[in-house]
Amino acid sequence: MEILQYTDAHTDFRMRLRSFMDREVVPHIDQWEADHKVSRDVWRKMGREGFLCTSLPESYGGLGGDFRYGVIGIEEISRTNHGGLAAPLHSDIVVPYIASYGNASQKEKYLPGCASGDIVTAVAMTEPGAGSDLSSMVATAEEDGDQVVLNGAKTFISNGILCDLVIVAAKDPAEANPHQAISLYLVEDGTPGFKKGNQLDKMGLYSQDTAELFFSDCRIPRANRLGDKGMGFLMLMDKLQQERLVCAIMGVAGAEFMLDWTTTYCKEISSGGRPLSRSQAVQFALVEMATDVNLGRTFVDKLVADHVEGRNVIVETSMAKYWCTELGSRVANRCLDIVGESGSTEACPLVRGLRDARVMSIFAGTNEIMKGIAAKFMGL
Amino acid sequence: MVTLDKSQKEILKAASEFAKGEFDKDQALALENANAFPHDIWKKAADLGFVGVHLPEEFSGGGLGMLEACLIAEAFCRKDSSIGMALAMATSGAEGLVRYGDADQKKAYLPRIAEGEMQCGFGFFESECGGDLAGVATVAEKKDGHWVINGTKSHVWNGGAAGVYLILGRTDPEASPGKGLSLFLVDADQEGLTIRDAERRLGGNMVACADLVFTDVHLPAANLLGKEGRGLPQAETIIEETGILIAGQCLGTAAGALDRALAYVREREQFQRKLAAFEVTRQKIAGMALQVEQARLMTYGAARCGDAGKGLDRLGVMARITAAKAAVAVADEAIQLFGGYGYMKESEVERFYRDAKVADLTLGGTIHLKNKIAGRVIGKIK
Repeated sequence: MEILQYTDAHTDFRMRLRSFMDREVVPHIDQWEADHKVSRDVWRKMGREGFLCTSLPESYGGLGGDFRYGVIGIEEISRTNHGGLAAPLHSDIVVPYIASYGNASQKEKYLPGCASGDIVTAVAMTEPGAGSDLSSMVATAEEDGDQVVLNGAKTFISNGILCDLVIVAAKDPAEANPHQAISLYLVEDGTPGFKKGNQLDKMGLYSQDTAELFFSDCRIPRANRLGDKGMGFLMLMDKLQQERLVCAIMGVAGAEFMLDWTTTYCKEISSGGRPLSRSQAVQFALVEMATDVNLGRTFVDKLVADHVEGRNVIVETSMAKYWCTELGSRVANRCLDIVGESGSTEACPLVRGLRDARVMSIFAGTNEIMKGIAAKFMGL
Repeated sequence: MVTLDKSQKEILKAASEFAKGEFDKDQALALENANAFPHDIWKKAADLGFVGVHLPEEFSGGGLGMLEACLIAEAFCRKDSSIGMALAMATSGAEGLVRYGDADQKKAYLPRIAEGEMQCGFGFFESECGGDLAGVATVAEKKDGHWVINGTKSHVWNGGAAGVYLILGRTDPEASPGKGLSLFLVDADQEGLTIRDAERRLGGNMVACADLVFTDVHLPAANLLGKEGRGLPQAETIIEETGILIAGQCLGTAAGALDRALAYVREREQFQRKLAAFEVTRQKIAGMALQVEQARLMTYGAARCGDAGKGLDRLGVMARITAAKAAVAVADEAIQLFGGYGYMKESEVERFYRDAKVADLTLGGTIHLKNKIAGRVIGKIK
C-alpha cells in the first residue's frame, strides 16, 4: 500500500504540472542558469495555470489543497534537475506565513497576487552574523508612531532579486530577551530604504537569484507587521517543520532523479565491451543507492502523511532533513564515481545535481542544527 | 611524522612562499569562472624551477624526484587548488617521455616543457572503453614507413593547450587485447588532429580538457615512443606516476580546505561561542586532520617508492584514491563548517571541493582503479 495516498485530483495535478515543466521550464533552464535567475514570466505562467500556492483557499486564488499538492510541486521541479525556480519556497514556505498570521487586510492585499504569480515572495531571517543562531540577529525594527523603521542586513535570501514582497525578521532593541524581541514585517519592493544587494555567486543553484538585502531607515506602515509583536521567533519555529520537510523531499527527489539517470546510463553505455550495468561492482553500488533512496522515500512519505494530518513530527522532520539532504549529495557523488571522468562535464546532469544538492545540508537550518533539535527532543 | 630532508623542506617552503606571493584569490575566482589557464603564473613558476622539478637536469628539469614534485603540488594546491592543479598538470605525461623517450625525443620536447614553453598531455582513455585500456580502439597502422592514426581520445588534460601528446593506439589488430598497443608522440599542430572542445567541468577548470580526434594523422616512424607492442604496460606505468602527482595535488587541496576551515571556526561565533569550542566542530576538525595526514603518508610514501623504482604497479593509483577521497571529504566538511558562506564562491572551499571531486574521477574512476588493484593483489586465479 502506498504510504501517501494520492487522489485522482492529485494525480491529474501532477500530470498537468509535469507537462507544464516540460513545456515552460525545461527548455529555458540552461538560459536561466546562465542568467543567474529565472524569468518573471514563468512565475506568472505558473500562477495563471494554478500551480502556485495550492494550499491557499480558492477565494485567494489557490486550490484549497493539502500539502500533498506542495509535495507534487517539489517533486516535479526536482525532476527538471534545477533549483532556480523556487516556487516551493514561495508556495509552501513563505506564503503560508501570510496565510497563517496575516490579518484580513494583509491577506486581501497580498495573497491573490502570490497565487497569480504577480507577487514573488522571499523570507529574510539569516544575517551575516546570525546563521544557525537565529536569535542572535541584529536587524532592528523600531516603532515610530504609525510607522516601523527597519535597519539591518540580511543574507543568502532566496528569490532576493526577483521578490516583490519580503517577510523580514527584525528585533525590537528595547526588548532584552532575544526570543521575545523578534517580529515579522511585510516589506514591499521599492520601499525607500530597502535595497537589494548584489546577487551572490554560488557553487550551484545558479538560476536561483540568492542575494543580500539591506534595510536602511526603511519606513513601513505599522500595519505591515505580521502577527503579534514579539512573536516572530515562535512563528518562525512553527513554520520550520514544513520548511524542513520541503528540504527532505527535495533531497530524496533529487537523489531519485540522479539514480534514475545513472541507472539508465549504465544500461546504455558500455565499458570494456559490456554495458556498465553488467559489472557486479556497479550493480551492487546501484542496489545500495536504490536501497538508501527507498529508505529515504519511505521515511519522508510517512512524515508527509503525518504532517498532512496535522501531527507534530518536528523531531522526525529534523532527522529527515539531515538524512535526506545528505542522501542527495551522497548519491550524486557515488553516481559520479560510477560514470567516471565523462561525468565531470556540465553536460552530465549529475554535475548540476551535485552542485545544487550540496546547499541542502546547509539551508533551512544546518544538519548540525537538525541533530541538535533531535537530541533535545530525545531528552539527551 | 613524515621526515623530509633539508632540501625537501626548503623546496616545500619556497613553493609555499611563491604561492603566497603570486596566487591571488580574486584572480583565481576570475580565471576559474573563465575556464582560463594561469599563464603568467605558470611562466614565473617555470622560471623559478617549480615546473618539471622531477624532469632530468640535462633537459632543463630540476633533476629531483616525484616526492619533490608532490611537495610543490601540495604547496601550490594548498594555497589554491585550481591554480595548483593547472601548474602541476602542465607537465602531464612528460614522465613517459623521460622513461620511454629516446635521446632525440627527449631533446625535442623536455626542455620546452620544463622551461614553461610548452604543456604536455596524454591521451590514453576512450569513452567506449572507459578506464579499460586493453580495449583501446584508436588504430595506428604502419604504411610506407609512417604510422597512420585514426580514433578519438577522450578527456585529455591540457587537450588543446599542450604542444605534444602521448597517444595510445593499437598497432597490432591480431594481438590479444592487452597486447599490440603502442605509444606515440603527436605534435599539437599535426595535420588531421582536431580538438573537440569539452565544455566546462565540475572542477579543474583552469586546465583545458578536450577530446582529441585523429583522422588519418600521418606520423614519422620516429614518433613511436618506447617499444612497439609495449604501449599498455608503458601507459600503465605513466598512469601510476600520474597517480602519485595527482595525489600530491589532492593532499594540498585537502590541507588547504582544512586551513580555511580552521581559520573560520576559530573566528566565527554562534550561540556566544566560537565554533571551534563546540565538541562536534572539534570532532570534525580532528577527522579532517586525520584524513590529511593519511593522505600525506600515502602520497609521500608512494612518491618515495616511485623514486626508488618500486611499487609502480599499484601504489600510484592507491595514493591517488586515498588522497582524492581525503580531499573530497575534507573540502566537503569545510563547506559544512562554513555554513552558507561555504556555498559561496567567495569562500574558496566550494571550489576546493569541486576540484577534489574532479581529481577523484581521473585515471578511470574508483571502481575501475580498484579492479586494477585487485588484479595486482590477487594475481592469476589458478
